[in-house]
Amino acid sequence: MSAERAAGARRGKAAPFPASRVSVISSVRQADVHKVSLQGRLIFQEAGVIWADVLHQTAQLTKGDRLAFEMSDVERIDGGTMALLVHIRDELAARGVRAEFEGATENVQALIHLYRGDIKPARRRRRRTEGTIAQIGRATFEFFVELRRILGFLGDSVLAALGILKEPKTGNWKHVVPTLERAGADAVPIVMLINFLVGFVMAFQGATQLKQFGANQYVADLVGLSVTRELGPLMTAIILCGRSGASFAAELGSMSVAEEIDALRTMGFGPTRYLVLPRTLALVVALPILTLIGDVLGILGGLVVGVTRLDLTMSGYMMETQRAVSAWDVFSGVLKSVVFALAISMIACQQGFATTGGAEGVGRRTTASVVSILFSLIVIDAAFTVFLHAFNL
Amino acid sequence: MTETENVVDGRKALEIPRGEPLVRVVHLTMGWDRVILQKDANFEVHRGDIFAILGGSGCGKSTLLRHMIGLEEPLAGEVLIAGLGRPNLAVGRPPFGVMFQSGALFGSLTVGENIGLSLEQWTTLPYDAIGAIVRAKLKLVGLDGAAEKLPAELSGGMKKRAAIARAMALEPELLFLDEPSAGLDPVSAVELDELILTLNRVLGLTVVLVTHELPSIFKIAKTCIMLDKDSKSIIARGDPRALRDKDPDPRVHSFFNRLSENV
Repeated sequence: MSAERAAGARRGKAAPFPASRVSVISSVRQADVHKVSLQGRLIFQEAGVIWADVLHQTAQLTKGDRLAFEMSDVERIDGGTMALLVHIRDELAARGVRAEFEGATENVQALIHLYRGDIKPARRRRRRTEGTIAQIGRATFEFFVELRRILGFLGDSVLAALGILKEPKTGNWKHVVPTLERAGADAVPIVMLINFLVGFVMAFQGATQLKQFGANQYVADLVGLSVTRELGPLMTAIILCGRSGASFAAELGSMSVAEEIDALRTMGFGPTRYLVLPRTLALVVALPILTLIGDVLGILGGLVVGVTRLDLTMSGYMMETQRAVSAWDVFSGVLKSVVFALAISMIACQQGFATTGGAEGVGRRTTASVVSILFSLIVIDAAFTVFLHAFNL
Repeated sequence: MTETENVVDGRKALEIPRGEPLVRVVHLTMGWDRVILQKDANFEVHRGDIFAILGGSGCGKSTLLRHMIGLEEPLAGEVLIAGLGRPNLAVGRPPFGVMFQSGALFGSLTVGENIGLSLEQWTTLPYDAIGAIVRAKLKLVGLDGAAEKLPAELSGGMKKRAAIARAMALEPELLFLDEPSAGLDPVSAVELDELILTLNRVLGLTVVLVTHELPSIFKIAKTCIMLDKDSKSIIARGDPRALRDKDPDPRVHSFFNRLSENV
């Protein structure tokens, strides 16, 4: 065996996991005192077995019993193990068993003192589990607190918007164009791709059915109407929710956590006016444009299927689309997208402002904002559909 | 109201008779929901003072500061800024500067832009003039040449200096500092103390600061109040050096002599 390997073997012996136990735990009953003797080196690597042993040997004790941890033969004990022993002592105290550490050497005693093993265990307040009624009450209360916050935010935004209308110079116009680029222009490729595929898939699925009736050309109606009225605005809004909604919430959330929002306020910049309005304006401009782009690409997706699978000519498909889709169909979709944009920006910013509690808080609020936006998009969409239907539009 | 008028208003707000306190805290009770941090606090900050709010952790020092600058609503009582009344952050520009504990510089702007922001918003100064003021402020806090840097490129001490420069952009007469020397190495902390002293002496700036750094307290604070967590009240006020030597209250004594009450 070479010298290095011998050294390695020696190191191996002193490695964190000794092959044999270095602590011994035994217990005896002396008169009315139950004695648990701890001997040897009580090290953290053996904490698991020590914990199990001590618990096992004290399990029978009941109220009024006395217990002594005999520490005189302890060679060494480390902090973690000591903490466990003190915890067991506190647990026993809660059961009415008086337990003390005895015979400790000076060094061990210092450690006992450090972990408060030599003072009377504090009476632990039993945490009462919350009753169902209390839980409902607390949740209701929190709901109204959150609602008040949202309404306050809405009110703030309206006031800030009115303020800017009155004094356009106080607006933070500088941020509108960069936001427009980030939220709008940068989103064009993904909006094009997704909407193209939506039109494509819809035509594909529709074609199989319509072919059976020889109604091939009505694929153009199907795709044209559903894309312009429903799917174009909705899919585009969902993309924007994932891109800009999440980004606004995380951005403002990080600012809240870093006290930057407070700093803005103390500098006399209303954070709503300075941060929310430019973002909202940018989205309100960007989303309708993206929606129009999405409409065109969705129809193109349908066209590809029509031409390749349904023996339609390109001009025939386009004429059928023109016949089926009115200007109002497109416009109602665009109108809807304006409301979507407002919802995305306002919810994301509100969640951002409400962020507390560090990095985790930012993550939580970002998730919450995306979920609430998606929910609100579907609700708004349904409301629009019902509303337009009621007025025969 | 135009931008220029706002600046004029801000100036006028602080033209107050000599001797009248700059900040008055009257019967202030603060806390959240059912947790009360301080009850019925009363004190005044006078012009030219360096006023320290002291106390152990969790006693509400920073919260008190947030009340004084209008970021929190008191449960009862009020804070009055001379000539202005209650600090209302929703209207116009506040007549004071604030440095937050972490600096709270805007991460997406350069240091120079951070300082120039309020100048652009609240004055009609042309672009070059703003640049000149920004450079002068940076020089004042010992950060020459950092204007183009992003806050992320600065060390902790430099961030705090930059934040002080930003707080002073509009020449306020009153400066609030939240834990200026917390988390700094001893040398940076001393430098920051020197800076605060200079601003106070040369510019006549009134400074209100929250701190628990003893060397810093004895070096710069002229007046202090000490908050106590358990009694939810102010347990000492006056010159910190005199309090250290003479105050009979054991809590005050142990704070100033670095004694923990628990041991």
